[in-house]
Amino acid sequence: MLDLVWLVPALPLAGFLILVVLGRRMGEPGAGWLATAMCGGAFVASAIVMAGLIGEQGENRRHLLTLFEWMKVGGFRVEVGFLADPLSITMALFITGIGTLIHLYSISYMHGDPKFSKFFIYMNLFVFSMLMLVLGSNMLVTFLGWEGVGACSYLLIAFWFSKDANASAGKKAFVTNRIGDWGFMCAMFLTFATVGSLDYSVVLEQAPLIAPATATAIALLLFLGACGKSAQLPLFVWLPDAMAGPTPVSALIHAATMVTAGVYLMTRVSPILTQSYDWAPSIIAWVGVITALFAATIALAQTDIKKVLAYSTVSQLGFMFLAIGSGAYVAAIFHMITHAFFKALLFLGAGSVIHGMHDEQDMRRMGNLKKYMPITAATFIVGWLAIAGVPPFAGFWSKDEILLSAYEKNPALWFVGLVTALLTAFYMSRQVFMVFFGEERWRDADHPDAPEPHESPWKMTLPLVVLAGLATMAGILNLPFGNRTHFLERWLEPVVGESEHTVTAAASAQIGLAALAVAGSLVGIAVAYRIYYQRKMEPVEPAIMAQGWKYDTSIAAFMGGPGREAFEATATFDGTVIDGAVNGVATLVRGSGVHLRKVQNGFVRTYALGVAVGVVALLAYFLSRVTF
Amino acid sequence: MIAIAQVTPVWYLVLASVVFAIGAVGLLVRRNPLVMFMCVELMLNAVTLTFVTFSRMLNDVNGQTVVVFVLVVAAAEVVVGLGIIVALLRKQPSATADDLTVLKG
Amino acid sequence: MLASLWQQLSDSPVPIDSVDLAWAGLAPVMILIGGALLILAVDSLVPRRLRPGSYALATVLLAAGAMVAAVPLWQRVQDAERGPFATAAGAIMVDGFSVFATFVILSAVILAALSFDGWLRREEMDGAEPYVLMLLSASGGVMMASANDLIVMFLGLEILSIAVYVLAAMHLRKITSQEAGVKYFVLGAFSSAFFLYGIALIYGGTGSTNLVRIATYLSATVLGDSGLVLAGLALLLVGFGFKVAAAPFHFWAPDVYQGAPTPSVAWMASGVKVAGFAGLLRVFYLAFSTYRLDWQPVIFVLAVLTMLVGSVLAVVQTDVKRMLAYSSINHAGFILVAVQAATAAGVQAALFYLAAYTFMVAGSFGVIAVVSRKGDIGTSLDDYRGLSRDRPVVAFAFALLLLAQAGVPLTSGFFAKFYVITAAIEAGSSTLAIIAMITAVISSYVYLRIIVAMYGAGDDVPAPRTIPLPAAAGLALVISLTVTMSVGVFPGTLASLAERATPVLIPESDPGAVDPSGVPPGP
Repeated sequence: MLDLVWLVPALPLAGFLILVVLGRRMGEPGAGWLATAMCGGAFVASAIVMAGLIGEQGENRRHLLTLFEWMKVGGFRVEVGFLADPLSITMALFITGIGTLIHLYSISYMHGDPKFSKFFIYMNLFVFSMLMLVLGSNMLVTFLGWEGVGACSYLLIAFWFSKDANASAGKKAFVTNRIGDWGFMCAMFLTFATVGSLDYSVVLEQAPLIAPATATAIALLLFLGACGKSAQLPLFVWLPDAMAGPTPVSALIHAATMVTAGVYLMTRVSPILTQSYDWAPSIIAWVGVITALFAATIALAQTDIKKVLAYSTVSQLGFMFLAIGSGAYVAAIFHMITHAFFKALLFLGAGSVIHGMHDEQDMRRMGNLKKYMPITAATFIVGWLAIAGVPPFAGFWSKDEILLSAYEKNPALWFVGLVTALLTAFYMSRQVFMVFFGEERWRDADHPDAPEPHESPWKMTLPLVVLAGLATMAGILNLPFGNRTHFLERWLEPVVGESEHTVTAAASAQIGLAALAVAGSLVGIAVAYRIYYQRKMEPVEPAIMAQGWKYDTSIAAFMGGPGREAFEATATFDGTVIDGAVNGVATLVRGSGVHLRKVQNGFVRTYALGVAVGVVALLAYFLSRVTF
Repeated sequence: MIAIAQVTPVWYLVLASVVFAIGAVGLLVRRNPLVMFMCVELMLNAVTLTFVTFSRMLNDVNGQTVVVFVLVVAAAEVVVGLGIIVALLRKQPSATADDLTVLKG
Repeated sequence: MLASLWQQLSDSPVPIDSVDLAWAGLAPVMILIGGALLILAVDSLVPRRLRPGSYALATVLLAAGAMVAAVPLWQRVQDAERGPFATAAGAIMVDGFSVFATFVILSAVILAALSFDGWLRREEMDGAEPYVLMLLSASGGVMMASANDLIVMFLGLEILSIAVYVLAAMHLRKITSQEAGVKYFVLGAFSSAFFLYGIALIYGGTGSTNLVRIATYLSATVLGDSGLVLAGLALLLVGFGFKVAAAPFHFWAPDVYQGAPTPSVAWMASGVKVAGFAGLLRVFYLAFSTYRLDWQPVIFVLAVLTMLVGSVLAVVQTDVKRMLAYSSINHAGFILVAVQAATAAGVQAALFYLAAYTFMVAGSFGVIAVVSRKGDIGTSLDDYRGLSRDRPVVAFAFALLLLAQAGVPLTSGFFAKFYVITAAIEAGSSTLAIIAMITAVISSYVYLRIIVAMYGAGDDVPAPRTIPLPAAAGLALVISLTVTMSVGVFPGTLASLAERATPVLIPESDPGAVDPSGVPPGP
């Protein structure tokens, strides 16, 4: 039963190959259905393997399937194989599960697109690569998947590449990710040089023997890779731009799966992280929480329905890294799963809105959509409550676990996390009120006869309903009521058990913290309600709102002190310092290139002089080595 | 009368290195491609002298056979080099090495 | 009467000593030289022009024939009982290393010849000369790879170079081609003189030019490092550094690559570089391994300079040919990283890199030759805008080759870089490995720029144009792409070949050829 693990990536691969050959002939919607079926098949296969794993106990709960020896050079041997253990199968299950729903959704969403079948080719290729990433039995196979998902991501961001912005967004993603990949590769080389193998089974077993300095280096290099893929400071710039791609892509790749690859990777190598110096996890925790706060503040000021969700994704990923840094790997994975459910739901909901609004993405031109799109609205509201951390929705449980561990690591971390949670509740409420409540704003002076929004077809709403159910219920996976209800923790115990941080706080303290978190969420929602919902009672406000740029003013009024300047400052920070750092390196390279090329002046005698200088330098050096 | 020291093989080595340096510097300071090329010939001849001297010092004949090879190579270089330079001068009469700066950067 | 004269002569009591030659070992070189002369003779003797393409076909067949002749050599040197052997009085060594390099050089010949065919016809320059020159140049390259004597190395280098000077200056109607030729020639002759002087100094320091005897002498001398040998090493490095375009001896490369006919550049960037590195490895890794601690730091500095110059300067270019010229400098730096390791793994990584790189770069310049217009112009980045629309397949192939050069996984370039970095780290040169990877990131920007230009849309895309794709050039592209991608997916085969391609020094056992006691003392 466990040997069936090869089927999991093989099915999407088969789908990809079939579509490459026959895709255009199958056309719409055949190609989409085939891709969906393959992804669904992979889901079934994952479920079977999972059932097999459940049947095993303790240390036996892992299965290594070696397909073939890929290369063998001297002492260097790499096999292509799959490692089925609780962590990888959990990942595979939710990747294929959400993947199937999003494939189904896309059949409708991509309806009428001239590149319909190509879209599904990329999607299946993406699912395949992502499965290679999580199932790979060694770092090189993971890296292969890592690169593969990256490639699919560029291809899909730039899918409508006749739009110039899309092409340049794809480029941005490429360059930022190369920086992260560089970290990953360095870590791989360092691991190989230290342990002599890239197999997880060997590396993780020997992790306690690695010198702390080396372990720290490996962990931080991998974290650099994770920062690139999972859009953390300072490499997050690409993700908001990546929203240029089709919305199902944003949901699948840039919210639910690919961007969580960094979290997966850090969890996978948790023994190495445990072995490093204490400050290494602290760095990860701080980077995570600062990213979370930073992205949340930016999300407050966005007007594009997808941009809000994009920054929110960055922020939630920050939460996951906060968990990793606090040693709460289970909480990280737990939040990854719940986040995958509710963020995919929100993105697909946003896509449904965009679809229903005839490609309108500006929230200032929406409003009262609950009347026209009831299913979308209802499911979106579920997603909103989940992300805002309102019990009993899924997000509450996972966020609570993270905040608890952060508190035990350092109360300052917890406090920043709590503020971020409050902001999250606020900006998500703002979005919900602006889009689904209030006045209908799609008809204005510029668009006198904009068509009426309509509810999307069942292929789009069905995934919404399913995901809404999951976003409501997923908290059951890991309820904090004693060891018996910590299902996920017991399940993942063989993988992260030795590295996992153990909660020591008393039950009363835990409840107190949870209560504070809930209070924070409710405050955020309440404030947003006053500003964005009740404002229709004050006739002045809508006029101001109609002029979109004054949003920031109202937020400034709400925030009081830091106010508008703060948001502008963060926006400027995003635009100048972060972009600037990326551009700065480019400018440095380019600048030194401009100067260096002056030497290459075309005069053959200058070149000869260069050779002569080289000769003199080499002679001087070599002769200085003469020993008598 | 000034006593002239015994001429040792080292003298020849020093002479060769001086000639070699003259050739190298000549290539750097002259602009006429033909003269530059002659400087290269000077360098090659200096090496030939070095080979012969070492051959003598080591009492080994191989160093002298090398000279023949070097002469052949030098001759081949002359043929090709003159061809290239003449082809250029036909297109751009009186071109110096410093005039060839279309390709740069 | 003649018969009696013959009788008398053959009974002559003094037989002339002749060097014992293992002809099979020299077969690839013989085929190349003989074939080149044959083509030249046919071209001068046959009054009517031959069918177009026949010279290219002949060249490909000759190179393939030389490959076939090299196969038994490979089997022989891999055979445990027979093993590598020296021939021509110990001047030529046939071992796994030389045979491997021979295969790579011959592949470069085939790719460049295929690329030449259509290009020469477009430029209305069809004739035998380029092929003859390339075959001769390749014979020099093979000689360098199998040289067991510094003089043979020098001869190989000169045969290789002199032919390439002409190939660079070949386009008589194009002034930049002439300029490239003159620059290459002057600088090349200049550096060759240093190289030769280096040989002379080493001869003086060790008493021999034979690599085996040099190594024997050096390992027997415990007195410390000799000034003559060290100075000689410095000058040898200048010569090799120039051939492989290592900074600061790289200045010729961008200018020459840009000005020279594109198929010539395909040959220069692939075959010539392979030969240069083969010689460098044989001399430094093998013969002067006892001086490793002296030359490793130098190679370190050269590698860093080369990689930085190659990547940083590529960023500011606007001409695709020049971009790839700088990128090939960057590649040379990468291979120097492998050389610097001075381990068996380093040699293997260098060979793997050279083999993979040959196909990538020959394929890339093949594309440039196709995309350029008559007069060998049209190589600026703007000329590539809209290529994905005008020639989608060519653009796609070019994009893959460029990604391979950037070292993207599933291409041979990834494993090439991977092995090099691994070898460097294993040898304890982590710093170098990190610098290498930073420059790889910088250069990947360059490749991306070209890809974006090809696939970009917008207002600056020029009107569609027809780009003829000659069948031979298409074949070259297919070959290079197939190798690049299949090595990228299954690197094992090439890697194990490279692993078995070890260079060896065989102590001479034949007392007739060499007198073992004849190693003379230094001056």
